[in-house]
Amino acid sequence: MRVPVSWLREYVDLPAEVTVKELAGRLTLLGLKLEALESPGSEIAGPLVVGQVLDFDIEKHSNGKTVRWCQVDTGASAPRGIVCGAANFAVGDLVVVSLPGAVLAGGFEIGARQTYGHVSDGMICSARELGLGDDHTGIIVLEGGEAAPGDDGLEILRLRDDVIEFEINPDRAYALSMRGVAREAATAYDLAFDDPALTLAAAEAGLGYPVRVEDDQACDRFTALEVTGFDATAPTPREMSRRLQLAGMRPISLAVDVTNYVMLELGQPIHGYDRAKLREPIVVRRASAEEKLTTLDGVTRVLDPEDLLITDDSGPIGLAGVMGGEATEMSATTTDVLIEAAHFDPATIARSARRHKLPSEASKRFERGADPTLGPVAARRVAELLTRYGGGTIAETGTVVGEVRTRDAIIIAADLPGRVSGFGIDAESAVAALRRVNCETELVDGHIAATPPPWRSDITDPYDLVEEVVRIVGYDKVPSVLPSAPAGRGMTKHQRLRRRVGLVLASRGCVEALNYPFVGAVDFADLQLDDADSRRNTVRLANPLSDTEPLLRTTLLPGLLRVLARNAARGQLDLGLFELGAVFLPAFGDRPKAPTLSVDHRPSDDELKQLEAALPDQPLHLGLVLGGYRSQPGWWGAGRQTSWADAVEACRAVARAVGVEIEVMSGQLSPWHPGRCAQLLVGTVVVGHAGELHPKVCQQFGLQPRSVAAELDLDAMFAHAPDIVAAPSFARYPVAKADVALVVDNAVPAAAVEAALREGAGELLESLRLFDVYVGPQVGEGKKSLAYSLRFRAPDRTLTEVEIRTAREAAVQAAAERHGAALRTS
Amino acid sequence: MSGPNTNYDPVEVTPLRADEVAAMRDEAVAAIESASDLDQLKAVRLAHAGDRSPLSLANREIGALPPQARKEAGQRVGQARTAVSEALKRRTTELEAEQEQRMLLEETVDVTLPYDRDPQGARHPLTTLQERICDVFISMGWEVADGPEVEAEWLNFDALNLGPDHPARTTQDTMFLEPLDAGVVLRTHTSPVQARTMLSRTLPIYVICPGRTYRTDELDATHTPVFHQVEGLAVDEGLTMGHLKGTLDHFAAAMFGDGISTRFRPSYFPFTEPSAEVDLVCFVCRGAEPEVHACRTCRGEGWIEWGGCGVVNPRVLRACGIDSHTYSGFAFGMGVERTLMFRHGVADMRDMVEGDVRFTLPFGVEI
Repeated sequence: MRVPVSWLREYVDLPAEVTVKELAGRLTLLGLKLEALESPGSEIAGPLVVGQVLDFDIEKHSNGKTVRWCQVDTGASAPRGIVCGAANFAVGDLVVVSLPGAVLAGGFEIGARQTYGHVSDGMICSARELGLGDDHTGIIVLEGGEAAPGDDGLEILRLRDDVIEFEINPDRAYALSMRGVAREAATAYDLAFDDPALTLAAAEAGLGYPVRVEDDQACDRFTALEVTGFDATAPTPREMSRRLQLAGMRPISLAVDVTNYVMLELGQPIHGYDRAKLREPIVVRRASAEEKLTTLDGVTRVLDPEDLLITDDSGPIGLAGVMGGEATEMSATTTDVLIEAAHFDPATIARSARRHKLPSEASKRFERGADPTLGPVAARRVAELLTRYGGGTIAETGTVVGEVRTRDAIIIAADLPGRVSGFGIDAESAVAALRRVNCETELVDGHIAATPPPWRSDITDPYDLVEEVVRIVGYDKVPSVLPSAPAGRGMTKHQRLRRRVGLVLASRGCVEALNYPFVGAVDFADLQLDDADSRRNTVRLANPLSDTEPLLRTTLLPGLLRVLARNAARGQLDLGLFELGAVFLPAFGDRPKAPTLSVDHRPSDDELKQLEAALPDQPLHLGLVLGGYRSQPGWWGAGRQTSWADAVEACRAVARAVGVEIEVMSGQLSPWHPGRCAQLLVGTVVVGHAGELHPKVCQQFGLQPRSVAAELDLDAMFAHAPDIVAAPSFARYPVAKADVALVVDNAVPAAAVEAALREGAGELLESLRLFDVYVGPQVGEGKKSLAYSLRFRAPDRTLTEVEIRTAREAAVQAAAERHGAALRTS
Repeated sequence: MSGPNTNYDPVEVTPLRADEVAAMRDEAVAAIESASDLDQLKAVRLAHAGDRSPLSLANREIGALPPQARKEAGQRVGQARTAVSEALKRRTTELEAEQEQRMLLEETVDVTLPYDRDPQGARHPLTTLQERICDVFISMGWEVADGPEVEAEWLNFDALNLGPDHPARTTQDTMFLEPLDAGVVLRTHTSPVQARTMLSRTLPIYVICPGRTYRTDELDATHTPVFHQVEGLAVDEGLTMGHLKGTLDHFAAAMFGDGISTRFRPSYFPFTEPSAEVDLVCFVCRGAEPEVHACRTCRGEGWIEWGGCGVVNPRVLRACGIDSHTYSGFAFGMGVERTLMFRHGVADMRDMVEGDVRFTLPFGVEI
């Protein structure tokens, strides 16, 4: 809401010394939030005067331009000679002249200058040069009698003003008018406020234009008033059009300008019909199916049976409270006008405006709740302004259908404002505050009964009254008291583990990224997922931000891989990135719809379960991608490129941090390299995969070859995390070491050999470590040698040579039996 | 070796004469002192303290002397040998120290050589900022509550007094899951976590709810359709706006420094009544002479818009099954991106979204 301060001051007698900034500050503290302060015209400096064109010669010049060499009376003793390129004026016209020394919009300085063979002693101004709009097609021509030569142009054109732009909260519809803002300003400075709605004349109800309201819930009041014999071509007074312009509306014609002006002044949206185009009577009703209306913007709209319409015998002539129809629009030939000032149900208007994507100044006010009493006053005000500037006659009586509904008092305990705000607000102060906002208020038996004024449809609940009381008493009076919460238990295990995982990965040289969860079919294709892949089973958005990404992610990898590529493109090649985030997994089959539950009471546990059932699973995943060097080459030696093992080891590190053991098996899953993909399990549950990416995936995402990735279902891992880590027990007897090198087929996984060794070695085995893998002529083709160091220890004694040898042999034996392992001899 | 001679008076044996022993000792000590390194010292030790050294040989002669002479000679040789061995020890220590020093000198490296072998890591500042905020509240005894990002409309809107006609409940503002009438949205704020908390926890409640939220904004320097909020909710007996103010003042001081407090401006949120916007004293200029300094952070206003808050609307308590006559509550919510922007001077929200590591790395693992 843009408020020209000169206009505002017409309704409230603000002390002259109040600055605009201070006023805006005080109103902000009352809840009208300052968006911006502007001082239009402040960049224009005089002398800017009214001039009368006494005479001019038309001169054609060699460059093809035609100019007028004018003699202009600017109130000085002698006329000034001024060159002007425009042609939209005649001898005797009043124009606006900037004299040498003036500075116009954009810092344009005026001086006497030599041009087209004359010394031009000033400039005749266009609207654009004065910051009055974009019109540069001609110069400004004032109305005859509007001013005299030598008058101050700044004043005549009302160039200078201050404009406060407020952000109006949805509960303060009344503040979408000068009347409402002035009321708040009066409150801010504790001044009296003469409500124009009470001082202006109202249309008399009588035998006006026939109107029938079929749906009095949707339209509880409808005022219609006729003006006849009006001159549609009469100009809008300069003050009115300038105010409209400063308030952010474009001046159009007197009739349109007046309706807008009164809407801004009082807050009542107005519609004017060309009376001659109406086929009586007016009927306010809901649309019937397939009915159509061409609105003022030229769009033909198919109406919904829920739309509220203004109709006449010809059919719909307006979408009530939203926009009028083209067929009955006022034009330059309109002489008779029917003024509509109605009150509509907010929800009805809101739905129509939304349905037709047609937010208008009118609908904005109706859907937030307009003042139902205003119709007759606003209609009369429009009629008076129209006839004042355009002539014609106001009908003696108008039509007023419907009564203003009386409102019930809201009753609160007198101490409620104090109890809610936390500081002493006595009953008298509360009553005074409510009266200040025009609630009819009584204090009876420790209770306050307050009936809100008609423009405050937002006040419906006891706590609404409390807010008004605290607002008027002052939000700045609220004390600062720290409440003492009961002793807490800190973070949950899940929350602690989540932090820990992030820290572990960051300390391993990976950088966290937070990606949007939106994906599209191309992401799955780039990941080389086949059609049956469960990750293609997604939740779809009805209104995605981008049509190419209408799905919610089921894997974190696409986002991470794109960020890895983006970083590489920007020169950061050697990177690890990770993300901790939800993925969205729909259940297979139809998801039930979430029920609409009552808000009058707590839903039952069953109902709440139905809500949950409508939601997809949203487990927390970890995604990890790495590319380039994991260790940089340098003066210390060679570098090391990222390998599949980095991805697996990162997962092991996460598992260690979480406190679960993961088992690694060879796996096969896109987007990983089929021979370099590890499947990770906790117990029998697959919790993720890690390894080198498929070369095609690197290519599709624009990654360096041999980039690697991992993805883990952290929720699944966290479920296995121990609440308490049990302390280990360990022996202080000496350790016995034994190495074995086993030759097995290439296809036998190391993890399987290790498992066999462990089982065969039995309880005496303390630990086992693979320290070498050899493939080559010494072990034969298709074979590999795995060298392990085994550590044996007993809890209660020093082991004998025999015991150690026996355990070692048993370990080898187990590996031999299960995997055909042979002790390496060479 | 000769047997003891008991029948004779002390006999002069040349090597055992006092002057001879002294000479041997002096010669040995001199040799030791002049050894210039440990290898030389080793040779000197062999020559002057070894089995075949003059003193050792002299020592052997002692046994042949008569008792009185034996005693004297024994003392004499013993003292000389002690002197030699002490000299050896001393010189060894000296030479070892010298050698160590030489070795250390030789091992000197250029410690200014840069070493950037291992990659740097970092957590996203939006993550660590949320944690930091949570920690402030955890230290006051509050707990952290989480909820899903895909949420039931009833929890995201209805339970919070945003009725079916609320303008936010359109595809203009809110992302809906298909089909449109499924009643499921990407949550538009973290407030449904408040509703979930009230529906599931026992009273009193003091929780902080960080998380990701979604609106249909276009990504630009100051908007992102996917953003983060932190909301707080307290429901207890006798809670007032004063408690809300106290909590926010503490929060502000903990995040921005002592002396940074908040102010309330009347505002409107369906789920709170009374409602307020929270402004923060500008922690850069502290509101001091804003006109003169033209602070860039607060644009000279002295205040920074931080978030929204209010007293939990009794309608919300009712929908969540809480008796609003006995209990009252307050709630507040802040944008994490916005907080990061002015707390750390981030100029463009896209930096938080794109994942460029040059943005993230300097924030490290805590903020």
